[in-house]
Amino acid sequence: MMKIEAIIQPSRLESVKDALLEIGIDGMTVTEVRGHGRQKGHTEVYRGREYTVDLLPKIKLELVLPDNLVNRAVETILKSAKTGKIGDGKIFLSRIEEAIRIRNEERGESAL
Amino acid sequence: MKRMGIWCCCLLTLVLSSLPTPTPAQNTPASSAASAATPEASKATIDKLSQLDQRVTAAQSAGDNAWMLLSAALVLMMTGPGLALFYGGLVRQKNVLAIMMQSFALMALITVLWALVGYSLCFGGSGPVIGNFQFALLRGVGVTPNPVYAGTIPQLTFMVYQLMFAVITPALITGATAERMKFSGTILFMTLWFLIVYAPMAHMVWGKGGMLNASLGGRFPTLDFAGGTVVHITSGVSALVCALYIGKRVGYPKQPMPPHSMVLSFIGACLLWVGWFGFNAGSALAAGGLASSAFVATHFGAAAAALSWSLAEWLKNGRASALGAISGAVAGLVAITPAAGFVAPLPALLIGFIAGMFCFWMVTKFKAIFGYDDALDAFGVHGAGGTIGALLTGICAQSFINPIFGDGKPVGGFDGHWRQVGNQLVGILLAWVFAIVGTIVILKIVDLTMGIRVSEEHEIEGLDITQHGEEAYNLKT
Repeated sequence: MMKIEAIIQPSRLESVKDALLEIGIDGMTVTEVRGHGRQKGHTEVYRGREYTVDLLPKIKLELVLPDNLVNRAVETILKSAKTGKIGDGKIFLSRIEEAIRIRNEERGESAL
Repeated sequence: MKRMGIWCCCLLTLVLSSLPTPTPAQNTPASSAASAATPEASKATIDKLSQLDQRVTAAQSAGDNAWMLLSAALVLMMTGPGLALFYGGLVRQKNVLAIMMQSFALMALITVLWALVGYSLCFGGSGPVIGNFQFALLRGVGVTPNPVYAGTIPQLTFMVYQLMFAVITPALITGATAERMKFSGTILFMTLWFLIVYAPMAHMVWGKGGMLNASLGGRFPTLDFAGGTVVHITSGVSALVCALYIGKRVGYPKQPMPPHSMVLSFIGACLLWVGWFGFNAGSALAAGGLASSAFVATHFGAAAAALSWSLAEWLKNGRASALGAISGAVAGLVAITPAAGFVAPLPALLIGFIAGMFCFWMVTKFKAIFGYDDALDAFGVHGAGGTIGALLTGICAQSFINPIFGDGKPVGGFDGHWRQVGNQLVGILLAWVFAIVGTIVILKIVDLTMGIRVSEEHEIEGLDITQHGEEAYNLKT
């Protein structure tokens, strides 16, 4: 089992979700987050006072998948989240030891 | 003129009422009506005429009263929700209820004070500085007009209309002390400020015998149609004094303190704009041509200032912001307030244009140079805009709009009466001095008794929770 964490542009959320659904992935957790990598923030001016906003709004997707689905999912996210500009985000992969469904205490891949 | 009009009207009505069937009045020539009146006008005719006279007066009174009651409601709307939303959006999320509550509390507090002594101190008697207790507890204030101020509307209407001005004026000050002033201290401060600063200023400018009154025997006739000095200079200058006395907010100016909701501020500013028609056009105290003139000037001033502030911002920052546009409109409305019933439409555009640029400079440059924390720019907009407006009123006022000094007598600089600019300066100076001295004394009193500023801990936590025990947005529950 692998966990995919993808930080993406808020504007790409819908297309990423749709693309994942098309390859049969329909479970995910979405969080609104703020952050920045190489992308610099912007400045806002209120009555002459300038504020630098360097933490920008992003969306974090979390999916835990059986190993055989991971590559296709990553390709799909890459394709659907890309705008080609700085600030498109990143994907992190990590191994997952165990998964448990709370309702019936199923364990392992069948709990996903 | 008016008298003749009434006579013609009466005669016309007499003729028409003697006809067997009603016909459209428009086609009956006035001359035939006149010839129908016999020289031996009987007692019955005279009675009828005086009855008609009463009815005409009643009709005018009804028209004027309708407009003035509506105007009073419009001016109340400027404080709540207008100003409350405008200021509420500009503060941080943790202080929005506190600033709105300050405006709302004044709607209640000043109303009670007004009934007890306020109206009387502003409009009773004929002293040069302050009124008397003639109307204390609203004694003698009923449906009969008070011909000294407004002969065609019930004095109750005049009283309640003027009350709304007394409500919004102290509310404007809360912009300077936002996000750090105690609620208890605010209540005491506002009570004293209303009695010590507002009441004398209102009497001096608008009260009979007041030393700045332009039409009722003032020594230095200052033109102030709707409150450039009384409302905006006094509140704006007091706001500056308060900001200096109370000190900067924790973290200012290093820590970012952007408005928490520009949408609220936007709605508030638009409500202010609409409400201002009641404020300025209502100050004609009647529904006639002068109200129309003031209405148009008000609208033009606001529009020109919104444009000029935006233009200045565009040139300086490369963008025109929403906050800039609405701040400009408010600055224009402030500046046109003393001028509204004295200037023609095009000079109103000029006043607005200058005020927008000037207030932009005051708020962005002047404040930064001196480093005081006038949190929501009560001084930069109301103090500065009121001052420039009062001055420009002396220049732009014209007798064909409002012959306040008598028929044919010149009014302002455009009429060649440049001395009026000097009178305006006296009025401005007096308002500044009164506001500064009065406010310092009041701040001292409040500081020594109730305390004026919240603790640093409470300030960081936010006034909504520490002063009122509430939060503005519990969206997730």
